[in-house]
Parts: sequence; structure tokens; C-alpha cells
Amino acid sequence: MAQNRNELNRQLAQMLKGGVIMDVTTPDQARIAEAAGACAVMALERIPADIRAAGGVSRMSDPKMIKGIQQAVSIPIMAKVRIGHFVEAQILQAIQIDYIDESEVLTPADDTYHIDKTAFGVPFVCGARDLGEALRRIAEGATMIRTKGEPGTGDVVQAVRHMRLINREIAHVASLRDDELFDEAKRLQVPLQLVREVHDSKRLPVVNFAAGGIATPADAALMMQLGAEGVFVGSGIFKSGNPKKRAEAIVKAVANYRDAELIAKLSEDLGEAMVGINADEIELIMEERGK
Amino acid sequence: MMARSKVGILAVQGAFAEHEAVVRRLGADFKELRQASDLDDGIDRLILPGGESTSQGRILRDLGMLDRIRQLIESGMPVLGTCAGLILLAQSIDQINGDGSTVDEQHNSTWLKTLPVTVRRNAYGRQLGSFHTEAEFAGLGTIPMTFIRAPFITQVGDGVETLAEVDGEVVAVRYKNQLGTSFHPELDDDARIHQMLLSM
Repeated sequence: MAQNRNELNRQLAQMLKGGVIMDVTTPDQARIAEAAGACAVMALERIPADIRAAGGVSRMSDPKMIKGIQQAVSIPIMAKVRIGHFVEAQILQAIQIDYIDESEVLTPADDTYHIDKTAFGVPFVCGARDLGEALRRIAEGATMIRTKGEPGTGDVVQAVRHMRLINREIAHVASLRDDELFDEAKRLQVPLQLVREVHDSKRLPVVNFAAGGIATPADAALMMQLGAEGVFVGSGIFKSGNPKKRAEAIVKAVANYRDAELIAKLSEDLGEAMVGINADEIELIMEERGK
Repeated sequence: MMARSKVGILAVQGAFAEHEAVVRRLGADFKELRQASDLDDGIDRLILPGGESTSQGRILRDLGMLDRIRQLIESGMPVLGTCAGLILLAQSIDQINGDGSTVDEQHNSTWLKTLPVTVRRNAYGRQLGSFHTEAEFAGLGTIPMTFIRAPFITQVGDGVETLAEVDGEVVAVRYKNQLGTSFHPELDDDARIHQMLLSM
């Protein structure tokens, strides 16, 4: 039964592929996102840019606010819990969330252990900067992976680095001889079985999205061309001048990520993009949270 | 020997790669459909994959693909719609949103509406309601069926043949050249439904 649940949860992530998952803070934003073609929304009280600006401890959103968004739209709803905070996860499961993001954007509740995600029926997505991190989260029960990027910055550089690194490491594992996989599992600090799966399939065992700093249709298409199977857009949409138009443009750019002429058209007159901050000018490095 | 089929697989969002793998395994060719010009030539079958129907429908309309796909289906091209694909095909949707609005408000401009059935979206609830089972499928025997936030069919129109039921709900139908399933044949290791499309 648990095995079957894990499979069904991986399969829901497969249905999200080629899509855009948007951060929303109100039912109205959720409706705008759905109408623009988002394949899911992330319900949270404050988007990452505001979490960064506000400082302090950032926690799971009020369940009432999440329920309001569940009422407003028919697409899947995700919500974030703090790394290691399994009771926040139990709460989200109790209100039938479709996907939980155990997220470095919130303040970690545990500096050693992530949530044992195999104990839940509801699926989890987790951030990863490299293959070892991705496989450790999958071993803990995550059924979807995203790059960590550096949330709330509007700077895509980390997401690019993480996606390239994960792909490079997958290609490396695929190139190894069978008798070299034992040592690779030791090096990556992950179960041998998962290394074997990556070796044989030449891909992660679960769907891999890009997240962190994506602000324009070009950013989204860049991540898709680098091998992402879909994108999360956090602060990039509702921190911009014309959220509706930008949301629609990013959705279409992801569906046709190789068509430069179309993306050129989509990039016209989008209004002001989120101002952003350079990821190397910030003091709080969220991607370092949880390893 | 018959010419190889070339299946146009809608690839704007969702689990299209999984359909491509099954079609490849059956020895047929395929083409990804991402914009209107992809529909111009060379395909003789259509697959509308699972994914998010609101997302897919919106992209189809905005990229000018909706009318063209509707024409192809109405001119008799065989089509298989799975889950979100079934929803795109359905003539009516009976879901009412939590805020009281009906999906029909969007439905008018972003669905194909070629298949005379009524479909209930997210009929089994949220992700915790997703499940796997096996059931009889007319003409094929027992088929593995994976339901992911799936719809089911609440009404079938004249001339629509019910192909499979699970717990008394209709989950697969055929109407002339159109096949629709509320489950995902592309997720299980059983290619008989795709074979059925290729032999239509």
C-alpha cells in the first residue's frame, strides 16, 4: 500500500510536467494563476521576496488561508512546511493538500533531520542543489524534486548552477561501470539502489522542476532547455508590474521553450519585472538550508 | 504492409512523454504538437495526454490550436484522450467550484467539446483519492488502471459505447473515432488501449 501511494504520488508529478507552478497568497491571485494556465499553485502567506524583506522566523501558512485557495481553484494546491517540521506536514495532510513542499524558503525547524516523508500519504516535493541531495530526499520519500535556486531574488544564477550540476552528475553516474556504483553511493551518501536506478535510466527517479529566481519567459525557457521538466515561479509573477500578462507569457514560453520567435513575442510589453537583488549581494542564503 | 501510423501527441503540458514511449514501443511514429503549425500535415491519429485540463485548454486556445484539432476530430481522425484529454473532449462538465462558479464559464472557449458525454472533474477528490486498480475493458479483458486526481463520466449521449466501469462509474467510452479514458493507460505496462487507437 505504501509503495503504491509513493508510485501514485510520483505519477501526479508526471502530470504536472511541462507546466508552471505559481506562488499565490490570496484566492484572487490563485484565480489569476489558474486562468493564465498554471498547472498548480503554491499557497503561502508571503512570497519569498517578502519573506526575505520581513526577516524573522517564517512558518507554515494559516490553514484557513490555504483552504480559501482550495475553494477558489480546481488545479492542485501545494503548500510549504519548514524543513523537519513533521507536525506542520501532518496539518497540511489533514486539510488534504495535494503536494507538500518541505522548503528552505521557510525557517528550518530541524538542523539535522528532514521529515520522514514515507510516513505520509500526501506527496512531497523537496529542493536539491546536487544529485546527492536529490537522492537523499527521494530516499526519505520525496516524489518530486526542484532545484533550490536562491528564492526571492529574481536572480536565476543558482537555479542554473543546480540544474547543470545535477545533470552533469547524472551523466557521470550513467557513465560508470557497475562495479563502480558502490563507491559512488558512498561518495554521494545515498542508498545504492537509487544510484543503480539513475545509472540504468540516466535520469532522476522522479520529476525534476526548476525553482528559484525565475522572473521572465526567457528565464523559464532557459531552465527548460537546460533539462527542467517544468518550473516554479515564486516572487517573479506577483511582484511584477502586470502579473496576469506575465503569468500567461511564462506558461506559453514553457510549452514552446525552443521557439525563440514566439518567446520574443511573449516577452514584449510585460511591464516591469520584479526588481530583484543579485544573489551574491544577499546575507541570508536559503539554499544552504538542509543538505 | 500497412504504412506506419504517425500519431500527433499534444505536448503543451502534461504526461506526453509517457505516451510517446508507448507509441514508440508499438512501432509507430509520433510528432509532438506544441503549436498550430505542428498540426498542418503528416499525422493520422491524435493523443491528448493527462495533465491539467485548465492549463492545456488555455494554451490550446491562445496558440490557435483548439479549432484546428476540433476540425481534425470532426473529420474523423482517431483520437485517444486520457484524463485531462478526456475532459478536453467532453461536451459538458458538471463540476461546480468551491466559490460557486461553474467550470462551464471557462469551458465554452477552452475545450474541444466533440465527445457527447458529461464529465465530472476531480471526481475522486484530491490527491489522497488517487488510486490504482484493475477492471474489465470491453473487448480487451482486464486492464490495469491508474487514476490520478481523475474525472469520471456521469452521462453518456446517444451512440456512445461504455467500455469500462469502476465501482459503477463510467471510466472509458468510445464514440465513433473518439476514445476517452478517465485513467492513464500510459502509466501502466499494458499497451492494449494504444494498440486499439492504432487499429482504428
